Amino acid sequence: MTQKPRAGYQKGLKAGLPIAIGYLPIALTFGLLSKTYHLSLYDSVGMSLMVFAGASQLMALPMIAMGSSGIELILATFIINIRHLLMSASINEKACPEPKWKKAIYAFGITDETFSVASLSDETISSSYMFGLITMAYGSWVVNTALGFIIGANLPHVLQKSMSIALYAMFIGLVVPSLKKQRKVVFLFIGSALLSSIFSLFLSMGWAIVGATLVSSIGVEAIFYKKGRLKHGS
Amino acid sequence: MAHNVMWIIVGMGLVTYIPRMLPLVAIQTDRIPPFVQAVLKNVPFAVLGALIFPGILVIQSGHLSGITMSDFLFGVLGGGVAFITAFLEWNIVFVVLSAIVVLMIYSIWF
Repeated sequence: MTQKPRAGYQKGLKAGLPIAIGYLPIALTFGLLSKTYHLSLYDSVGMSLMVFAGASQLMALPMIAMGSSGIELILATFIINIRHLLMSASINEKACPEPKWKKAIYAFGITDETFSVASLSDETISSSYMFGLITMAYGSWVVNTALGFIIGANLPHVLQKSMSIALYAMFIGLVVPSLKKQRKVVFLFIGSALLSSIFSLFLSMGWAIVGATLVSSIGVEAIFYKKGRLKHGS
Repeated sequence: MAHNVMWIIVGMGLVTYIPRMLPLVAIQTDRIPPFVQAVLKNVPFAVLGALIFPGILVIQSGHLSGITMSDFLFGVLGGGVAFITAFLEWNIVFVVLSAIVVLMIYSIWF
C-alpha cells in the first residue's frame, strides 16, 4: 500500500486492456445470441451487469429458451462458477490487508481472466489496482453485450474467428515469463494442462478446471515441499 | 415471462458472487497452515494450465471428443505465435494482437 490509490487504479486499467480485447468477441456474441433467443435488451445487459461470467451466461440462453426452471439454471450457474472459490482463496494470499468491505466489492469482478492477470502481475493486489482492472474488463463486457444486442451483428466472420484466440493468447502471455524462471511452474502448468484435458472427457468444464488445479497444486507441492524441508532441515 | 427472467438473473448473480466473495472476507491468512498456503500460491499457474488446455485446441468444436484437424491447427498456430512473442518478452497487448493478426492472415489464405 505504498503506492497512491490513483496510481494503482491506472496500473489496473492498463493491465485490463488485453482482457477488454478478449471479451469483445464473446460479449458481442452473447448480446447477439440473447436477441435471437428472444431476451429483451434489459435482460441481456442486466445479465452481463449482474452475473459477469461468460460461460454461465452463454449456457443460460438455451436453457431459458427451453423453459428450464429457475432453480435448474441457478444450480447450473453455481456449479460452473464454484471454481472461483479456489481463485478467490488464492488471491486472498497475495492481496494486501484492507477493510473487508473493499475486498467484498472487488470480489464481484473476479473472473478467470482478472484472476490470472492480477495473480501473475508484479503489482501488489490492492483494491485500487483491482478496481482499475475490473473497470476495464467489466466495462468491455457490459458495453459489448449492449452493442451486440443493438447492432445485432457480429464482427466479420474472419475477425470473429481470429479474435477467439485472444484470451488464450493472453493466458499464454501471462504464464510464459514464469515458465522461464521457475521449474516448479513448469510442473504445475503441464500437470494441470494434461489433467484437465483428461478430466474434460468425462467432467463438465467447471469441474475439470477445479479438479486439475487441485490435483496439480497439491501434488506438485507435496514433491517440492518435501524437497524444500530436506534442504532447509537439520 | 420478462419478470421471471429478471429473477433468474438475480439468482444467477448471487450464486456467482458468493464463491467469489466468501474466501476474501472469511479467510484469515495468518491462520492457514504453511502447506495450504503454498498450495494456494501454486493455484494461478495450475489454473492457467487448465484454462488453456484443452480449450485452445477445440476453439470451434468446444470439446475434445469433437476435435477436428483444422480446429487443432488453428489453436496450435495461434498458441504458438503467442508462446514465441511471450518468450521474446513482448508486451502482453502485442502478444494478443500478434496471435489475432497471424490467424486472420491464415484464415484469409486457407
